[in-house]
Amino acid sequence: MTALVWADSENPDSPAVQSPATPRPGRAQRRRPPVGRALLLLVFAAYFFIPLYAAVDFTLGGSRRNMGHTLSVWTGLVHQEGFTTNLMTSLKIAGGTVLLLLVLMVPTMAWLHLRLPHLRRVVEGVCLLPMAIPAVVIANGIIGAFKSWPQAITGSSWILILEYVILALPFTYRSLDAGLSAIPLTTMVEAARSLGASWPVTLWRVVVPNIRTAIASAGILGAALALGEFTIANLLLLNTFPVWTDQAGQQDGEVATTASMLILFLSWLLLMLVSHLGRGRTAKKSLKLRRSK
Amino acid sequence: MSAPSVELVKLSRSFGGVAALDGLDLTVEPGTLMCLLGPSGCGKTTALRIIAGLEHSDGGEVRVGGQDVARVPANKRDMGMVFQSYSLFPNLDARDNVAFGLRMRGWGAAKRRERAGELLELVGLSAHADKYTHQMSGGQQQRVALARALAIEPRVLLLDEPLSALDAVVRVQLREEIRSLQTRLGITTVFVTHDQEEALSVADQVAVMRAGRLEQCAAPAEVYAEPATAFVAEFIGTMNRLPGTLSADGQTVEVAGRRLVAREAGSRSGGEVAVLIRPEAVRFEPAEDGAATVRQAGFRGPITRITAVLEDGTEVLSDVPSASAADLVPGRRAAVVLEDAPVMVV
Repeated sequence: MTALVWADSENPDSPAVQSPATPRPGRAQRRRPPVGRALLLLVFAAYFFIPLYAAVDFTLGGSRRNMGHTLSVWTGLVHQEGFTTNLMTSLKIAGGTVLLLLVLMVPTMAWLHLRLPHLRRVVEGVCLLPMAIPAVVIANGIIGAFKSWPQAITGSSWILILEYVILALPFTYRSLDAGLSAIPLTTMVEAARSLGASWPVTLWRVVVPNIRTAIASAGILGAALALGEFTIANLLLLNTFPVWTDQAGQQDGEVATTASMLILFLSWLLLMLVSHLGRGRTAKKSLKLRRSK
Repeated sequence: MSAPSVELVKLSRSFGGVAALDGLDLTVEPGTLMCLLGPSGCGKTTALRIIAGLEHSDGGEVRVGGQDVARVPANKRDMGMVFQSYSLFPNLDARDNVAFGLRMRGWGAAKRRERAGELLELVGLSAHADKYTHQMSGGQQQRVALARALAIEPRVLLLDEPLSALDAVVRVQLREEIRSLQTRLGITTVFVTHDQEEALSVADQVAVMRAGRLEQCAAPAEVYAEPATAFVAEFIGTMNRLPGTLSADGQTVEVAGRRLVAREAGSRSGGEVAVLIRPEAVRFEPAEDGAATVRQAGFRGPITRITAVLEDGTEVLSDVPSASAADLVPGRRAAVVLEDAPVMVV
């Protein structure tokens, strides 16, 4: 095929690839943040990190024994009775929650944006309800609603997946709604359809990759909720990691605090992973392209 | 495979009780470029979306190659579409965007890559194959979108105001290239635009729409020179609306001291009418006892548009060669001379 001669009046180099028109200010020229703002930041950092530092210090035995720090509580955690079993249960529940949440919500939200935008406020209201309803009401409501389901689900910790999916709806809705609102969804979907993509393929190959960060955020919030939720699991007399931590705390405060810290760090790790995934392949390829110039 | 025709038969579509299409009949001949032209809300985009399968009709038929495609979903219609807003997938680079439709058709990776490369070369973007949407200009993105639509070798190419978001220079350049590609590939194309200059310059046929109906469908020169209705006459190009008197038999009209043949007078006979005359059919001759006073002279390169006012306040426009416009300065009296050609009366 012979190429037509395109008299390209446009700059062949994209603005993103070009160097900026105005020189970047030097270090000395950069504006420093005002003192008030820095002070405020410092207060918030102290509010956040001092308890954290105290908790970590406590788990390392520094303040209590006055004999220097030790990792013995951390290394011994895995040998605590019920630790592994309950941690695995919570991880499975978190995985199930995230999976069910996304399988339900991603297509629903995409359809809502595409076909039923006038119902967005209604669905948002419904999704926000779990924030206004007490946990005990939700717990009993779920049990009542699913009482005809097999005992293997309703009588085990798997029922918690259903509970946590409902509890995570507000965060999931917000996250996916923001993600879908930020892309030209209708045009992209119509373009994909005109190119021969079926609805499931359009969802998987066009919608999902372009709201990857929103999906990851929804997933991580769902996982964090499932890993840390105590009230409903305790009400239903089910053993999960937070319930085990509470029970362990009644005998040994260091073990309970260490377990809590472990869950916290695990959540942070997941968050960082999400942030990294959010930048994704596109950013890496863009960077590579820029370097090759 | 030869290009199919596209026929719209009594197509109708309403949104909340408002008719966007009201029994539209239109035929696009195989391998030709048809422009749907009209003001905002006339139903041109709705018609295009119904052809693409992205919108359903309330009644009527869409026939492609003689077959009704009403029940065929959008992803099975084999139609390439370019949208007004850049519709590229941001997660894919230019090459993968072009190859998307081929992937949907089950092409292997190597074949896809080769074909996408060919198409990018066709639109002059081989060097930009690895770029993502945010690294390309608007014009480049629309070229990739065009390459993507053509990659699947569609039966029909649909262009929904593809140049609207581009700046003037790129717009003119790209429309010429679209026309050149369409002619070379011989693909049946429907091009929606509200820009009359764009429509007249690229189309084989122009369909002027108004309120969901077809006002006129003809070659660009015919639409311009022989508008079927007053709406078409005034929508396409610029038109003078001068007071005149229709003869008793409705055959001639007297306007600005001349008697001209009246066209499209309908069943009317005698009385006051408005006469529609193009600015290029009007000439001003400097004369102290002339009927008009020059108010403004707008230089437009090779031509100058003179605006003059008759004694009754009617404005008259005339496009004259700039070389002969020197005498027509504001405040100068001039005689209005009309070209001896049939005129439309309303």
